[in-house]
Amino acid sequence: MENWRRQPWVFATFIGPGTLWLFLFFLLPLGWIWLFAVGEREGPVDIVVTWTLENYREALQPVYLQLFLKTFLIALVSTAICLVVAFPVALAICFAPDRYKNVLLLLVILPFWTNMLIRTYAMIAMLRQNGFVNDGIGLLWTALKYLLTPVGLDGLMGERFAPLPLLYNNTAVVLGIVYVYLPFMVLPLYANLEKLDRSLIEASLDLGASQVRTFFEIIVRLAKPGIVSGIILVFIPALGTFLISDLLGGPDSQLIGNVVERQFRAANNLPLGSALSFLLLYLTFIALALRAWFAARAEKADA
Amino acid sequence: MRNPIGPLEFTRRGWVRLWLLAVFVFLYAPIVILVAFSFNQSRRNIVWTGFTTDWYGRALNNASLIEAFTNSIMIALISTVLSVILGGLLALGLYRFRFPGKPVLDGVAALPIVIPEICLGVALLVFYARAGWPTGLPWPLNLSQVIIGHVVFSFPFVAVVVRARMEGFDRSLEEASKDLGASEWQTFWNVTLPYMKTGLIAGALLAMTLSLDDFVITFFTSGPETITFPVKIYSMVRQSVTPEVNAASTILILFTVLLTVIALKFQKPSEGVG
Amino acid sequence: MSNGVPIVRFENIEKSFGSFKAVDGVTLDVPNNSFFALLGPSGCGKTTLLRMLAGFEHPTSGRILIDGEDMAGIPPNKRPVNMVFQSYAVFPHMTVRENVGYGLKVSGVPKSEIAPRVEEAIQMVRLDGFADRKPDKLSGGQRQRVALARALVKKPKLLLLDEPLSALDKKLREDMQLELVRLQQEVGISFVIVTHDQDEALSMADLIAVMNRGKVLQVAPPWDLYEEPNCRFVADFIGEMNLFEGRMLSVDGGHARLDLKGIGLVDVPWDYPATSDVALAVRPEKMRLYREEPELGWVRLPGKVAQVAYFGDNSQVFVETSQAGRVVVLRHNQSRSRDEPYRTGADCWVAFEPTDGIVLSD
Repeated sequence: MENWRRQPWVFATFIGPGTLWLFLFFLLPLGWIWLFAVGEREGPVDIVVTWTLENYREALQPVYLQLFLKTFLIALVSTAICLVVAFPVALAICFAPDRYKNVLLLLVILPFWTNMLIRTYAMIAMLRQNGFVNDGIGLLWTALKYLLTPVGLDGLMGERFAPLPLLYNNTAVVLGIVYVYLPFMVLPLYANLEKLDRSLIEASLDLGASQVRTFFEIIVRLAKPGIVSGIILVFIPALGTFLISDLLGGPDSQLIGNVVERQFRAANNLPLGSALSFLLLYLTFIALALRAWFAARAEKADA
Repeated sequence: MRNPIGPLEFTRRGWVRLWLLAVFVFLYAPIVILVAFSFNQSRRNIVWTGFTTDWYGRALNNASLIEAFTNSIMIALISTVLSVILGGLLALGLYRFRFPGKPVLDGVAALPIVIPEICLGVALLVFYARAGWPTGLPWPLNLSQVIIGHVVFSFPFVAVVVRARMEGFDRSLEEASKDLGASEWQTFWNVTLPYMKTGLIAGALLAMTLSLDDFVITFFTSGPETITFPVKIYSMVRQSVTPEVNAASTILILFTVLLTVIALKFQKPSEGVG
Repeated sequence: MSNGVPIVRFENIEKSFGSFKAVDGVTLDVPNNSFFALLGPSGCGKTTLLRMLAGFEHPTSGRILIDGEDMAGIPPNKRPVNMVFQSYAVFPHMTVRENVGYGLKVSGVPKSEIAPRVEEAIQMVRLDGFADRKPDKLSGGQRQRVALARALVKKPKLLLLDEPLSALDKKLREDMQLELVRLQQEVGISFVIVTHDQDEALSMADLIAVMNRGKVLQVAPPWDLYEEPNCRFVADFIGEMNLFEGRMLSVDGGHARLDLKGIGLVDVPWDYPATSDVALAVRPEKMRLYREEPELGWVRLPGKVAQVAYFGDNSQVFVETSQAGRVVVLRHNQSRSRDEPYRTGADCWVAFEPTDGIVLSD
């Protein structure tokens, strides 16, 4: 690496444009709403920065706190499901024969190339009352009833199949998040497992550990950086979800993202919206700080 | 003769295969059904009543839909080019130079990747409104608000990918080039850039994907006169769901898949470089 | 373990990967308490054979017996063998002590028993004082010792070593060779080592199996392997060898008459039935170099020195003979005053005694 002073112009050409872009279109806009969060509305449009904490106080009212808690829980559950679903997938791709590896990876990435909105919309057709999931369950139900009728147990199952309410509730939101962000979990896990020295797994088996034991004591432990990346990549977008809860959620599955969006568009309460979105940002920073702390601790333990 | 399953051949185990199958069904069933119902005669998206391609005709004759589609493609293309330039330069700068404040820049550049999109979305919304961003510009300049937003979250990704590629770069190659009489610029053009190429192509692919996949930033930054495809579909979904939406979505899916296949084809020959 | 039963028996083992036959009909016994080497070029199937012993690969056909017990269907974690991996495979997230204790812990050995056994194993490989270090704070040689201790602490019936010394530098490798032989004698179990390095195999093992293309060509103690190779491949792979091709003309009372290309008629000891195409193989150190034609009853070949490789204690002299092509002669540099070095291009004579040669028919 060279000192920038040796070639200041080359340095400026490389670093300048990106830095400028980040400053103008990232830091400046964020700074703007950071100031709005400590401002007051004056008239229909103007906002004066008065360094008030009123907006944050309002944003921390129980009604919003509950919303934060709920968002946090939904994000947590979705992330956990993603992790459990993705781990065997990543492991399977990693240990697949080379010629299938790229195909399987491509199959995981492919849904990414479909706009997130379209994928969310596609979930609606799956989950609604007459959707395909319900049709499938209905079919199974009918088959089971048909099987149980001869033994006189069909009474247990009720007269008719009542479709499950799958859409417009929290379950639908969780399913939607898992659906949209699953590849975000698979890819870092795969990247991490791929780098893993296979003889470590073999050594564990060789020393007498069962497959399950090897999985938890060796594979999971060594895949930790991938697991942490995957969790961050799913958890943080899930915290900010507003499209998925908007389209798949019911009246009681409004998340913090939906409220922020409403403050900025319909309600036009910019100071409150800014305070809420900065609370969301602070939550994100806490998550990132936790990760950094874990990484530092792991490094210390290694030393 | 079939060999017995080895201890590490997880992919050959029954339950793993079942798991993979279930996950792929989960990932693809919604998309497959969405595509299938774009050919359904019924207006309602529920029962299959017969095959038709009418909805494609309708979608293609829907002028505002076509306009939205063109806008989205344009946004993706321009933001990809800008992201590759900005991301590539930044990656090189961070790879090459030691300078005060480097960790800060490193951290700030990583932020657009990690913060919730909605925060950036509303911030840009406020920024454009309050900064008096010019409106009513001729096409495609009127898309600048969306493009800028896409570049903000795409180019850090490009920088990460390119930098990862540069980690494996042997700087003595540059020294060898200069030793053989090449100038700084010739060295960059003939040695450094070809090595970066794989990273740049991967980064471009990623930027394009991110732009086409994005809804949130687009939603907050597109104005009334700059309708983009996802925003258009969003309003169609909110009004009434007809197979026209499915048809339009299918066209976009086809387009992105085609684009990526072409991109992958381009990437193939350069694999030998490194 | 009775001494009669070999600790390992391969019965007609075959292993195919797709259409590639990695192991092709191997039948082999590893005796109890021996240092056994599987030697061969890369891709000869030796590692596959070792991995089948450990249970990481399954034979396509044939049987593997360990201590008389059929290993078919027994997973690696249930086998009475342990392995030292080429990359050592020391768990990076565990300390030396945790690494060594891992195998005991997962096998349900009581805690009170684990601690003393781990300490003992760590002492055995001379890692006292390093027990609480993480692997990234150890040198390559030390990691190797951790891998050894970790495998030996489980008291396996058999220790498998996959190219264990290939990642070490020359000096360390020589130390480790002695160390491994010491350990094998100390613990009294069989070590099976896979290596492509003939010097390693010759110096450590008491029995060597030479493999090529999935087949075992010869199993013999080091001396026999060097002095009595049974085929051209073994002769050439172990050490240097000059091969003179020719035909066997007749066999008579423990002797055979050969007609070698460019040399002519030669009589050699021969106790077997007559064959046709043969080669006479002569080691470089069994050949002599002269400036003038020597007055001996040996085979003598005139030539020119083509190249000299100097190694300090000896020199390899490559001689282009006019009759039998290029031969290599090993010359000990015994005296500073008398042994004037041979210069490239100098005229010389190469001579050897026919009885020092080995007749190879395969």
